[in-house]
Amino acid sequence: MKKILGILGLLIAVCVATMLGNPRFLSPGNVENVIRLTAFFGLISIGVAFVIITGGIDLSIGSTVALTGCLLAMFLAVEYVPREGALNVLEVRADPRALVLSGDVGDLAKGDQLRTSAASGTYRFLTVNSVDKEQDRTVAGVVEPPSIVAAGGRVTIAKLNHMNEVVAVGLVLLISVGIGLLHGLLVTKMRLQPFVVTLCGLLFYRGYARYLTNEQTQRFDSSLTGLKYLASGEPFQIPIPFLNWIGEGHWSRYAWDVTNARHSVDAQGNLIPLDLIAWVAIPMPAIILFVVAVLAAIFLNRTIYGRYLLALGRNEQAARYSGINTNRMTVLAYVICSVLGGIAGILFALDLNSIQPASHGNFYELYAISAAVLGGCSLRGGEGAILGVLIGTAVMRVLSNSIVLLEIPTNLEFAIIGVVLLAGVIADELVKRYAARRRARHEAALAEKGA
Amino acid sequence: MTGAASANDIPPPTGPAAPLLEVRGVSKRFPGVQALSDIRLALARGEVLALIGENGAGKSTLMKILAGVQPPDSGEILLDGRPVQLDSVRAAQAFGIALIHQELNLADNLDVGANLFLGREPRTALGLIDRAKIYRESVEILRRVGLDVPPRTIVRTLSIGYQQMVEIAKALSANARVLIMDEPTSSLTSGEAARLFALIKDLRGKGVSIIYISHRLGEVHELADRVTVFRDGRNAGDLNCDQITHDNMVRLMVGRELAQFYARTIHEPREAVLEVDSLRVAPRGKHPVSFAVRAGEIVGMAGLVGAGRTELLDTIFGVRKPISGTVRVAGKAIQLDGPIQPIAAGIALVPEDRKHQGLVIEMSVRENVSLAALHRQAKRGWLDRRGERRLAAETIERLRVRTPSDQQIVHYLSGGNQQKVVLGKWLALKPRVLLLDEPTRGVDVGAKHEIYRIMESLAAEGVAVLFVSSDMEEVLGMSDRTLVMHEGRITGELSRDRLSEEAIMQLATGRDAASAAQARAI
Repeated sequence: MKKILGILGLLIAVCVATMLGNPRFLSPGNVENVIRLTAFFGLISIGVAFVIITGGIDLSIGSTVALTGCLLAMFLAVEYVPREGALNVLEVRADPRALVLSGDVGDLAKGDQLRTSAASGTYRFLTVNSVDKEQDRTVAGVVEPPSIVAAGGRVTIAKLNHMNEVVAVGLVLLISVGIGLLHGLLVTKMRLQPFVVTLCGLLFYRGYARYLTNEQTQRFDSSLTGLKYLASGEPFQIPIPFLNWIGEGHWSRYAWDVTNARHSVDAQGNLIPLDLIAWVAIPMPAIILFVVAVLAAIFLNRTIYGRYLLALGRNEQAARYSGINTNRMTVLAYVICSVLGGIAGILFALDLNSIQPASHGNFYELYAISAAVLGGCSLRGGEGAILGVLIGTAVMRVLSNSIVLLEIPTNLEFAIIGVVLLAGVIADELVKRYAARRRARHEAALAEKGA
Repeated sequence: MTGAASANDIPPPTGPAAPLLEVRGVSKRFPGVQALSDIRLALARGEVLALIGENGAGKSTLMKILAGVQPPDSGEILLDGRPVQLDSVRAAQAFGIALIHQELNLADNLDVGANLFLGREPRTALGLIDRAKIYRESVEILRRVGLDVPPRTIVRTLSIGYQQMVEIAKALSANARVLIMDEPTSSLTSGEAARLFALIKDLRGKGVSIIYISHRLGEVHELADRVTVFRDGRNAGDLNCDQITHDNMVRLMVGRELAQFYARTIHEPREAVLEVDSLRVAPRGKHPVSFAVRAGEIVGMAGLVGAGRTELLDTIFGVRKPISGTVRVAGKAIQLDGPIQPIAAGIALVPEDRKHQGLVIEMSVRENVSLAALHRQAKRGWLDRRGERRLAAETIERLRVRTPSDQQIVHYLSGGNQQKVVLGKWLALKPRVLLLDEPTRGVDVGAKHEIYRIMESLAAEGVAVLFVSSDMEEVLGMSDRTLVMHEGRITGELSRDRLSEEAIMQLATGRDAASAAQARAI
């Protein structure tokens, strides 16, 4: 608990320092950006925390992120199958937006994705809502913006063909489970060192991703909106008071000549009133992270399996001698780590939408390990709390954000993270020593009293 | 108090007139335990002083202080009458004090010569190690301890006895005047031990002073000029040459009569619960081992270190795979592949290595006590936190664990209380068979008594108890029946009326039961 307070203090300190240097740190857009990145990295940090708690390490996370991202993009590669003959547009419906088309629609089915092209060359992606084969009619939902043709016009269609999204995501997660199982079994059954096993993983998955993709940048088709919502959706906003005033108002250096904190100033020098409440969009990944973190914390603290992990991380032998299946628990930790790596891999890929097989996810394992260590995990094993890991991740993200906002050369990023991590670890050690000394003094005092 | 009574029996001994080494009023406290209080000790030139006491009496702590491993909290140490600061191993060595540790401190991947000169290698003009000089001088150094091995021998390939001699030779070559030997014969064969005794007598003649720590009173009787006894971190008394008898030593060590210490009521043993049938223990497994322990019975297992007793218990518990053979609990054979099946069948093991195998030392009392029982309390994997607290409270109460709270980290408890936590962990499972491996090692006298009480009450409840011990008094005091092992084989079984230290030693050194009976007759 004390550790978590310490790291929370560090997070607040970094935030305050950044805010003082550049109030835009608290602008709703930037806050959302930091939350989004924290969510992505938080997933892999929680994953590696499980492995670190067992006393192991996973160096392959960055490569796992790259491989799963590439695989997802490859599974979801879209093929356009052009269709013979054009369809007539019977009707353009306004609410909900839809086109009613007629013609030979025997090969269409509900849920099919279509690319409709008008004579003008513009196109829209549609999803088939219903097919009425009796009358050769189909109703296809239109995505925004408005329709490209009017009733009476004609459109040509191409059918979009790709693997079902759920199947593709399921496959990628299954492969992640396989990676974790492989690591876990090599560590427990073959008694190989986790460092070596996952180092080989780091090399292999990266190399394999590059080979599979032939080094080609991977992208997702723009029709995959549903899936992309997972990475870039903003399901709701939360109101936070004063953010606008701090970010844009009186204290902001962008509005230095405005004496009233509640106003900003535009290029012409006009005062623009600022809302008291700023609405910060909560990105979808943050919700995913929240769910994962709550589950992880419950697993670690409220189930016997979490206790087993903590116990075997401290002392594998004693745990085994107590009748705990330590091998199975260790394998489970590696599987959790790889699956979270896979989920993060999917989200990173969807968010970025441009995956360079050679560089995507580089160093992510080190970000994750740093966040876990900063958050109170001991590489000796048996120590760690999910909340700490989350705060550790946030510290890393805020640091990297503040480097941009404070106009510190970005090539210093690693150096700064290194220094902060080292300082954190040293502070932790000093606190520990201080506590030990106090305990010894306390013991001695008790002994005197006893004697 | 018994200490006062024994002081009346034995006339106060006179210490050496001008001691080489003197310890005055040294105290040392560790978290949870006062290891030494106001200890004094004197050692003359060319004297062999035996330091004895029960486990946890503070012998090893004092030795570590003398060797500069730990500083004392208070008190002073005088060498040649002058106070000295032994604040590092290097400082102690510079004053000529060397510790020959139970676990040897040799770089066993290097050769003998390299070890003898480790940290003070002679250099050539170029600053490189002068290997020729090392090997030349090594031969001479080894001759001094009567060790005839080439200095280029890799230490690992030597027997433990020879390795120990290398360590002694190393100390002597660094001009040690005081040699401290901590249980030097604990892992030696009898031949190696005899050789060591000859060397010790020889060194004494050459004016080297030796502090000899041992549990084996026979050795002490043979070697010591004087005996200092510790009990619970205090001086319990000193014995001069003619006072050094077995009875005197035991009385000072234990501080009370044995009979009342090992409070035993013998129960009518019932059906056999644990049956071991031609079990061959890895890796040697030459001799199949068979025996049975009945409900309500306490069976002791004696033997020398390395006789294979720990390996046997580990095999029964499933953590060591057997070559062949079966173990049955209440008539049902159990699968010996990991401890999960044996535990489910009702076997519990209090292992020898408490800190590594018995406890998760950095976790709390509560977490340790519940560790083995968690899955029985849990519903669908959910931690039953209230049940866990209740279990910890019951255990602390029942076993009289002295701890400020159930949240205390086990590391900060004394050895005895740690051992009670290990016992508590298993009692939570209500075992039918309790295996204990050196249950009172590193445990203070008071806690020892309580552990015996727990063993006794479990037997009364019908648990089959099998304990391994190298503490002869404990075997004599606690067992209904004693099995003796020698080199992986059970060489004999002694019922309570045939039990004696001599009979055990005969069997433990591989002589047959007939000569053991003879020894009893003598």
